[in-house]
Amino acid sequence: MASNSMPAAPAGYTRTAVALHWLIALLIICAFALGWVMTDIPGFTPTKLKYFSWHKWIGVTVFALAIVRVLWRATHVPPPLPADTPLAQRIGAHGVHVLLYLLMLAIPVTGYLYSSASNIPVVYLGIVPLPTLIDPDPVLKATFKTLHVTLNYVLLSLVVLHVLAVLKHQVLDRDSVLSRMLPFTK
Amino acid sequence: MKTSFFRPLAAVFAAVSFMASSAALADVDLSKSKVSAISKQMNVPTEGVFKKFAAQIKFDPANAAQGSAQMSIDIASFDLGDKMYNDQVAGKDWFDAKTYPQASFVSSAIAPAGGNKYNVTGKLTIKGKTETVTVPVTYAQSGATQTFDGVLPIKRSVFNVGTGEWKDTSVVADDVQIKFHIVATK
Repeated sequence: MASNSMPAAPAGYTRTAVALHWLIALLIICAFALGWVMTDIPGFTPTKLKYFSWHKWIGVTVFALAIVRVLWRATHVPPPLPADTPLAQRIGAHGVHVLLYLLMLAIPVTGYLYSSASNIPVVYLGIVPLPTLIDPDPVLKATFKTLHVTLNYVLLSLVVLHVLAVLKHQVLDRDSVLSRMLPFTK
Repeated sequence: MKTSFFRPLAAVFAAVSFMASSAALADVDLSKSKVSAISKQMNVPTEGVFKKFAAQIKFDPANAAQGSAQMSIDIASFDLGDKMYNDQVAGKDWFDAKTYPQASFVSSAIAPAGGNKYNVTGKLTIKGKTETVTVPVTYAQSGATQTFDGVLPIKRSVFNVGTGEWKDTSVVADDVQIKFHIVATK
């Protein structure tokens, strides 16, 4: 809620919010594509092992950036939706955004725990060994695998919904919703 | 190579004759003992455990030089925690477990290295290749229980473990550590 002491709601997101949005979007697409390809490689090959490591490094990066992003979002007033946006659409938009934030955090966490449960620690960028949070456990391994995969399909569905909503605003409503999040337009 | 076939047999005969002749031969408790190999892929330490092995140890710290140690490891029992990976590692490029079902170590000399440490020199055979190695061992005794701990660094390329596309050590490092914890009762 904007209080009196806060400045009036801006017309667009801050540069930081825009940068975080697109950077995380790009990283998620890379991690998703790598995850898709690497799990289709039978057995293990040098390429597969490389993809696994890259996938995990990207996941850790997304998690760290998502935390920054959530903190930024909590401390900065976002631009308002167009005044004539119906309540149901407002709820829908915010609901999807909240779920996307949750998944940006939950998907890396489930992947990380899946790796820990598989007895494979994550060494960030091949340099920084990260702590294993849980002991190897074949049951948890299967659980986190399922969870990680399922949440990714949920994310895919929500991203499709998110993009369709943007198209709706851009093509049908012809309003300024997209321009709030575009870089280089200010 | 003849030795690759006869060496394990010789080890067994040696063990049998020891059992018949020597009361000092320790009884190795396989359920409490562990032998594993730690490799690094993309700098991520990955531990695989040899689930089946046999060891014959005769050791008295008061007369270390007279001691002896032999071990034979069932290569097909190597467990990385994933059946698909285990099957692949047992294959030709890696251990070739069908052709070389056993790895072995047979000591030739034991020298005190200060305190409770000993250097055990002997012949290590993996994948039909025999190398003389010196294993640093830390010894502990409590009551009738003897424990032997150590880590032996080897290079997998020396034993032709990892051929073809795996000869490249940029993904799976050449350096491998063989780690053991042997519990025996006198």
